[in-house]
Amino acid sequence: MTTDLTTDHTRATADGAHTHGAPGVGVVPEASRASRFASFDLAEFPAVTGAEEEWRFSPVDRLQHLISGAATGAVSVDVTPAQGVTVTVTDRDGASTPGVAGVPNDQLAATAWIAAAQRTQVTVGAEVETDAETTVVVRGEAGAPAASAHLLLTAEHHSKALVVIDHVGGGELAQTVEIDVHDGAHLTVVSIQDWDRGAVHGSSHRARLGRDATLKHIVVSLGGDVVRVTVDGEFTQPGSSLESLGLYYADAGQHLEHRLFVDHAVPRCTSRVTYKGALQGESARSVWIGDVLIRKAAEGTDTYELNRNLVLTPGARADSVPNLEIETGEIEGAGHASATGRFDDEQLFYLKARGIPEDVARRLVVRGFFAELIQQIGVPAVEDRLQTAIEAELELTGL
Amino acid sequence: MATLEIKNLHVSIAIADGLKPILRGVDLTVRSGETHAIMGPNGSGKSTLAYTIAGHPRYEVTEGEILLDGENVLEMSVDERARAGMFLAMQYPVEVPGVTVSNFLRTAKTAIDGKAPALRTWTGEVRTAMDALRMDPEFATRNVNEGFSGGEKKRHEILQMELLRPQIAVLDETDSGLDVDALRIVSEGVNRLKGNSEVGVLLITHYTRILQYIKPDFVHVFVAGRIAEQGGPELADRLEAEGYDRFLASAV
Repeated sequence: MTTDLTTDHTRATADGAHTHGAPGVGVVPEASRASRFASFDLAEFPAVTGAEEEWRFSPVDRLQHLISGAATGAVSVDVTPAQGVTVTVTDRDGASTPGVAGVPNDQLAATAWIAAAQRTQVTVGAEVETDAETTVVVRGEAGAPAASAHLLLTAEHHSKALVVIDHVGGGELAQTVEIDVHDGAHLTVVSIQDWDRGAVHGSSHRARLGRDATLKHIVVSLGGDVVRVTVDGEFTQPGSSLESLGLYYADAGQHLEHRLFVDHAVPRCTSRVTYKGALQGESARSVWIGDVLIRKAAEGTDTYELNRNLVLTPGARADSVPNLEIETGEIEGAGHASATGRFDDEQLFYLKARGIPEDVARRLVVRGFFAELIQQIGVPAVEDRLQTAIEAELELTGL
Repeated sequence: MATLEIKNLHVSIAIADGLKPILRGVDLTVRSGETHAIMGPNGSGKSTLAYTIAGHPRYEVTEGEILLDGENVLEMSVDERARAGMFLAMQYPVEVPGVTVSNFLRTAKTAIDGKAPALRTWTGEVRTAMDALRMDPEFATRNVNEGFSGGEKKRHEILQMELLRPQIAVLDETDSGLDVDALRIVSEGVNRLKGNSEVGVLLITHYTRILQYIKPDFVHVFVAGRIAEQGGPELADRLEAEGYDRFLASAV
């Protein structure tokens, strides 16, 4: 019951675009991820039809306020900075606000950009190193007008810090999270979508990495009715490294979507993308899209992306589409793997043959499925919280 | 004291166009303290017997019964059979990613005993059993069967058997793929359990070499889904000398 798609492109020659994603009916596939339209101004985008490559998996009707520019309300954003970390809130100027990292490349990102009234900037000072957590709590309110928010995280050169963004409450939110990692900085960003049911959240994370910079970017999606997070990573100088981790657990009626894009435009950068999700309940839905582009100039690139889904009950659906485009043969490594499976009957038989009752065996398998990913997070407080969240999810189905 | 009785057992597996019979009337009784070797050529149904006893859903019992001390085993779920005292050392143990050996062993022991083992004594017990099987302590922190060599998998099976202390243990080709040293270590494990418990052992094997280390009381030759001949240890010697040819000729 497992579909596996594993490709090792390490020895791939420069054969131009390479894509495994099968386009849906009536969808015109993009020639290359590099050609996707991007603009700070929503007015320059066509209206969303739902057939576009970037929207074909999304519940467009439920995202209406967040893609049409209507999300002009506000949410509360509370920052508790660690020592050496500063917070400034400035008024914005819609589409003409200068961008720091990337350019919105879909209507939701553009809505968030034009509609947010303020920008919250969290800056880790140059050479500041701290293990303490900087916490950003984003709180929405159910029934409030659809809102937009803009967060800019800057790690100045040779700093080291951890920022945890916690999304709680309800309502509808279109969000920009710009992440600017300067030369030699190490930044860990954790974005937890722990919304109440009913919440609708679209977020555009755009990261820009300087020379020898390291970004560990972690997305955890547990709550909300619809969560759609896009993560764009852009390397601007050689020698930098992006580790992108994600964990999601979709329950009945939830739509959790994660779209990754890693743009290798300069030589000798490394990217690792690992997303794992579990699904349970009627119409539980997850979407994972992993686009990696290795441009002509990006010699010495080393990239691997992986998505695994565990479908725990009938009626749930996981879509997983890795896309790898390689424009140079001079790379260290490039590969991807995607698999979606149900409970493995042989695993369950093995555990039960040792006297372990079926429900306990299933829990062992689910915990085990996430264990490795959680161990990679490296932030004990976040790891503990995820363990607890997974236990709560297991309670939910009575597994 | 425990008695496993297999009576007139017929088992089929589902194939594309219906059921394919594999076992065609097996009669066998294993009592505490006895060691039975089941020998036979490939495809004779030896492993089917092992997995049917354990309750693998792939195998459908069409006739006959399996009783443990008079209780109907076929009505028990897989985990109930294990808790009733039966154990299957598998030929191809399955990987369980993210679940460590130590967690797995503790969970299994808790399930079999109905209560968690006392932490202090349990840790020592596991370490002693691992030492005896020449398993590095680091092994306990690895994920179940993930990246294990063939020999490590088999030692891990025997480790579980020694710790779970079953009444009836079925060993499915535990000798396959083992070099002489590993075969000896694994056999010592079986003999240890035989020495310090009343376990009844059903040893399934294609070759006689494991019988040099684990002495059977009874030898059964399995051909075409039923027992074609049985006897004492001397039958194994005869098979070693003559092979299975005379059985195969008569089975056609």
